[in-house]
Amino acid sequence: MKKKYLVIIYSIAIFIFFVLYLSLGKNKIYSTQDNIGKKIPEVQLNYFDKDGHFDTKEISNSKFTLLNFWASWCGPCRKEHKYLMELSVSSNLIIIGINFKDEKKNAMKFLSEMGNPFSVLTTDFDGKKSINFGIYGIPETILINEDLKIIKKYVGPIDDKDVRQIKKIINK
Amino acid sequence: MLSSFGITVSTISLLLSLSLLYLSYYDLKLSNNKISKKIYKFAFSQILFIFLSFVTLIIAYIISDFSLINVYENSHTTKPLFYKISGTWGNHEGSLLLWINILVLFSFLFLILNKDKNKNFKLYTIIFQNLLISAFLIFLLTNSNPFSSLYPIPTEGTGLNPILQDPALAIHPPLLYIGFVGSSIYFSIALAALITKVESKSLALTIKPWVSVSWTFQTLGILVGSIWAYYELGWGGFWFWDPVENSSLMPWFLMTALLHSVLVLERRIGLYSWVIILSILTFTMSVVGTFLVRSGILNSVHTFANDPSRGLFILSFLALMVFSSIFIFFKYAPVENKNYKIFSKESFILINNWFMVFFLAVVLIGTLYPVFLDTLTGQKISVGPPYYNFILAPFLLPLLFLMTSGPRHKWISSNVIGIFNIALFTSIILFFVIFLSINEGGLLLLLILLFSVYLITQTTFDFYETFKNKNINLSRIISHFGFGLLILSISLNQIFSVEKSFNAKLGDEKNFQNYTIKFKNLETFSKNNFKSVKGHFEIIDKKNITSQNLTPEIRVYNQPETITYEASINTKLFSDTYLTMSNISNTDIFNIKFHMKPFMNFIWFSVLLISFGGILQFLRFEKRV
Repeated sequence: MKKKYLVIIYSIAIFIFFVLYLSLGKNKIYSTQDNIGKKIPEVQLNYFDKDGHFDTKEISNSKFTLLNFWASWCGPCRKEHKYLMELSVSSNLIIIGINFKDEKKNAMKFLSEMGNPFSVLTTDFDGKKSINFGIYGIPETILINEDLKIIKKYVGPIDDKDVRQIKKIINK
Repeated sequence: MLSSFGITVSTISLLLSLSLLYLSYYDLKLSNNKISKKIYKFAFSQILFIFLSFVTLIIAYIISDFSLINVYENSHTTKPLFYKISGTWGNHEGSLLLWINILVLFSFLFLILNKDKNKNFKLYTIIFQNLLISAFLIFLLTNSNPFSSLYPIPTEGTGLNPILQDPALAIHPPLLYIGFVGSSIYFSIALAALITKVESKSLALTIKPWVSVSWTFQTLGILVGSIWAYYELGWGGFWFWDPVENSSLMPWFLMTALLHSVLVLERRIGLYSWVIILSILTFTMSVVGTFLVRSGILNSVHTFANDPSRGLFILSFLALMVFSSIFIFFKYAPVENKNYKIFSKESFILINNWFMVFFLAVVLIGTLYPVFLDTLTGQKISVGPPYYNFILAPFLLPLLFLMTSGPRHKWISSNVIGIFNIALFTSIILFFVIFLSINEGGLLLLLILLFSVYLITQTTFDFYETFKNKNINLSRIISHFGFGLLILSISLNQIFSVEKSFNAKLGDEKNFQNYTIKFKNLETFSKNNFKSVKGHFEIIDKKNITSQNLTPEIRVYNQPETITYEASINTKLFSDTYLTMSNISNTDIFNIKFHMKPFMNFIWFSVLLISFGGILQFLRFEKRV
């Protein structure tokens, strides 16, 4: 009798733990992972360091493009910056920086201190354009191919492992 | 420097916990009936070192040592000292260290305060408690180290989220943690009692003070969190059924059930296994709450940065804890056979326990169902206040009635105590007075009003009785009175609240119901760490011909850059006037939210009364021992 109860309780507990375990891997209500494989929207981004604007259609000019959403006030951006610097020397990758809700003065100071990995530097001052890319927090990084399709999406700072993954994809 | 010192001190704490495990296990086999002096010495060193690690982290915050990632990410040199210190536990890593400190503190207090108890029972408790301590220390050192260093050292930190820079929120986590983590000690005691077959009265007396203490702190922690949400979040409410609020409420239900069933156990009437189950479940629920908050599987105002590796650790730990305690329970639980007299105090307590378990189940399902549904089917839903109000409100009626009638019955007795007494008569009159003066609200709400008035009057009569007969439980009377007052105030608050949201420009005037709101002036100014836009409003109550001035603010903090909406609240004894404003971008129009919230002070005060009952219960116990 006791054993029967034990088996029932253990089975229920195992089921609950299993579902909770699955929920860990799954992304949250705001998940944007299903954007992978989709084409990025056509958006015009204002240049940060000069007049005029950058059209996302121009991305098809290069084989791989990395869009990085960052700000000088964002702590984790500081952490991932060295990895962006490391990627910026790759020949078949263009990195586009989209500065998010930031003061120009602070952003420029950030880049002059830590280095500038961006081939194209744009700004999204009120954070509205980033919404088109499904950004809900920064830093976020999106890898796009020449067909303007999203291949990878990194929410939060990129790390060592992500850099290796990106290098593997672009050097294939 | 502080980084390596902190890591060293925490590592020593871990080694001491492991040594305590070994020593206690070794001591179990010795036949003498006193615990070895060595264990006391190690326990003392353990608490010394773990305190030292916490103090180290606080110092790092005070002197803004940005060589620690944790300080860099959560502090800033311009922050006031008070918030530098409270910032220590305003993040995942620091609060985990606080959590471990409380675990160790309770373990130490248990050891030195129970000198006369059975040796093996104490040793097993120390073993279980140190298993918990070691597991959390390993988690801290390998996954969530607050002492991790950063190089090159930044000159400035990124700041504490301004929404957390609030006095209520500075004390909210420590209060809640004493409640949450305090339950670990009766988790360990329960398992140890099973293995060493401690008899019921002794078990009841051992856990009772710990239950009262943790219950009191849990209640206060929830109260402070609720006050913070009311003032800071600008939503105009005090409870939102937010998943994380729920995770603090779930252990509270269990603690409340435990607080009552321990009374039955103390009189040797039964419930031995039930008390053990509740003790195990309470701490389990606390860890479940921690898992939900820290793993980031829920979205809520509380979620810490999203990190699945953390979740995985807590989940594995939780699974281990649950499976082994179920195993221990089934192996050692005694067989009980008790018949309860229907109209006895113990039956009423048992029914109270069912209610608590029912409330727990409702809240647990409401919290976990969206997670399960999303994981299994990909469907996203959110469970909100309507679900909880709909299911919980009707059950308040029998609960209120039992709280009124139950305590008046005797232990092991089947005498029915008549409910038709002067208290009921008085409350019916009082209820009609209230009913005629409000003349609105649905049937359910009115019945809840009636039953809460009944509870209040009956406990007031009981209070009067205490002066004649000194043997009545004052802690029960105060807590139950507080609960009656809480439900009454919430009901009246529901009935009389006025809410209005509208857009306005400077100079506008808005009329609705009995109120006129004038947007009179707008000023901007700068402070040390934020810029502010302040609106000046005049609110005229046409019915009572009074006017009051309110000044809600929009603050833009610079470190980190965050906008907060500061509600302007005019608190009077019977009613709060509450105004928030937010800007609509690129226009000169503001969105204004106006709330008239009656009886807010009564809500806060009644929860204070409830927890005061817990303190009295603890003191009463201390006096008797």
